[in-house]
Amino acid sequence: MTATMTVPPIQMVAPHVVIRVKDGDLRTSQMALLGVGAILLAVSLGLGMTSHDPARFYFSYLTGYMGVLGITLGALFFTMVQHITRAGWSVGVRRIAEHVTAAIPVMALLYLPIAIGGFDHLYGHWANAEIVAGQPNYDAIIAGKSSYLNKQFFFVRAGLYFAIWIGLSMFFRRTSLKQDETGDPALSLRMSRIAAPGLLLFALSTTFAAFDWIMSLDPHWFSTMFGICYFAGGFMSFLAFVALLARWITRQGYLREVITTEHFHDIGKLMFAFMVFWTYTNFSQYMLIWYANLPEETTWFAHRKEGGWSSVGTILVFGHFLVPFVLLMSRHIKRNAITLSLGAAFLLVIHWIDMQYLVLPNYHGGHGTEHAAHVVDPATLSAAGHPSFGHDLDLWLHNINLHDGLCYIGMLCLVAGITLMFVRKHNLVPLRDPRLAETLSFQNI
Amino acid sequence: MANHWGIVAEFDSASAIYHAAERVTAQGYTKVDAHTPFPVHGLDKALRQGPSHLGWLVICCGATGICLAQLMMWWMNAVDYPMWVSGKQPYAWPSTIPVTFELMVLLSAFGAVFGMFGINKLPRFHHPIFTHTQFHRVTDDRFFLSIDSTDPKFDRAATAKMLESIGGKHVELLEEE
Repeated sequence: MTATMTVPPIQMVAPHVVIRVKDGDLRTSQMALLGVGAILLAVSLGLGMTSHDPARFYFSYLTGYMGVLGITLGALFFTMVQHITRAGWSVGVRRIAEHVTAAIPVMALLYLPIAIGGFDHLYGHWANAEIVAGQPNYDAIIAGKSSYLNKQFFFVRAGLYFAIWIGLSMFFRRTSLKQDETGDPALSLRMSRIAAPGLLLFALSTTFAAFDWIMSLDPHWFSTMFGICYFAGGFMSFLAFVALLARWITRQGYLREVITTEHFHDIGKLMFAFMVFWTYTNFSQYMLIWYANLPEETTWFAHRKEGGWSSVGTILVFGHFLVPFVLLMSRHIKRNAITLSLGAAFLLVIHWIDMQYLVLPNYHGGHGTEHAAHVVDPATLSAAGHPSFGHDLDLWLHNINLHDGLCYIGMLCLVAGITLMFVRKHNLVPLRDPRLAETLSFQNI
Repeated sequence: MANHWGIVAEFDSASAIYHAAERVTAQGYTKVDAHTPFPVHGLDKALRQGPSHLGWLVICCGATGICLAQLMMWWMNAVDYPMWVSGKQPYAWPSTIPVTFELMVLLSAFGAVFGMFGINKLPRFHHPIFTHTQFHRVTDDRFFLSIDSTDPKFDRAATAKMLESIGGKHVELLEEE
């Protein structure tokens, strides 16, 4: 089908909208974000890789990496969902999401430390397992999984995931930018058609990436819900990230007519929804495992009762669900610039703690690691025989280290800096998107 | 006077009724309503309608659902007929969550639907506004603005004149049923 007409230029639709960042404007912030991100990461990589326990560092790095990767993948998902639903409200927000996805190639580069230096430290449990029958430490379970869990296929899959993500993100970003010039409405149709198989590919690749990169840290354990749990947290965090970034950009005087209280309200609603969705998936995973009570499944949660991690479980129940559920429920909270930003910042911190909960216990006394499980001092046990929350909290705060924070914040700053770089370089809004006028007059009922 | 329901005027377009609503409320009328074939963005603001109270009703219903589900399962499983299934406590919180969630959703939905009915005084068989000669076109291509006779500023002659002056057609005074 060929389009018979083109979308009029924005000057005709909305002459008041500022379409470009002024030359040199926001440059300092972009450089600061990129600089701080690069320095934090470089310091962390330098100190961590040369430390006496590089394995611990790679677990920190993976924590930060998966946290921020989830945000960039969330941006890709957001872009595709807007196209497949032909959403009118989000045209302005979508341009920022498109620029966030431009950071995925950088995330591919940042995967290299995991692939090169960290592989044996992180995945040695299955990669170096004895899987030939008759060997002294023969591991029958890993032998059974070895046709999937082997080093060659692992890296082939990693390459495939990045190829899918980078391919999709480049297609949507470039087509959208191309429409700025041609105003061809057929491009919108094309994007909504590609979004359908794109979302399928995205769902499969993200699920298996979560299996490969986090779940295989504990290769005896498995959960088919694991991928969606990872995705739910990542997409929520992307929405928190874009709420903060868009707020900051509007405070600099740009996009004010395009991303208004109405749009922030919608971003807040989605953020709230996916915060609840995270709870839904995580609880579903927990309840089925708890109910069936099969040792090969409960082991994952059993390890998270050691080494202080049960306090983190409690923190997540409150911080990733109950507290934000009550605080973000009200319409007034989501429509208020300050409270929405505070909620978004809080959820970005909680997302980091969630990633710790998924990754770090595999180092701290997790199954198959040679690091001794922490022995609980009987004096700190509560009446029920469990260590008290305070004791566990203390232990957790001792177990996490500087690198857990440096890697996450460093990569977050890098992604924000890259996004800002493209925001400055390209048009602020999809100038000739057929649904731009709808975005500009969008109101919540 | 008391046997009049109110005055209704017809407008041709969404933008006409939007501006009419703005001007009527600007003059101090408070009991004003609009009837349109489709939702008109921003019309609630032009009518100066406050936020709906339905949310508070829904949250109360949802909280009732949570409490009721917990009470029910605790009483049935741990008090009235304690049963140990596969080593779980008779009252084990993870197993109560799905039912709690469902009952919360059920009562919230009831609260939202029936609460909306109650606030709107629905269902009813008839409404005075249907006596307006043009009102059947509200589902097609016409927009209607009504001013209730209980409005403090309501005055049969002055209000009708005002509606005509802002472009209203078929301005009719409607009887109470």
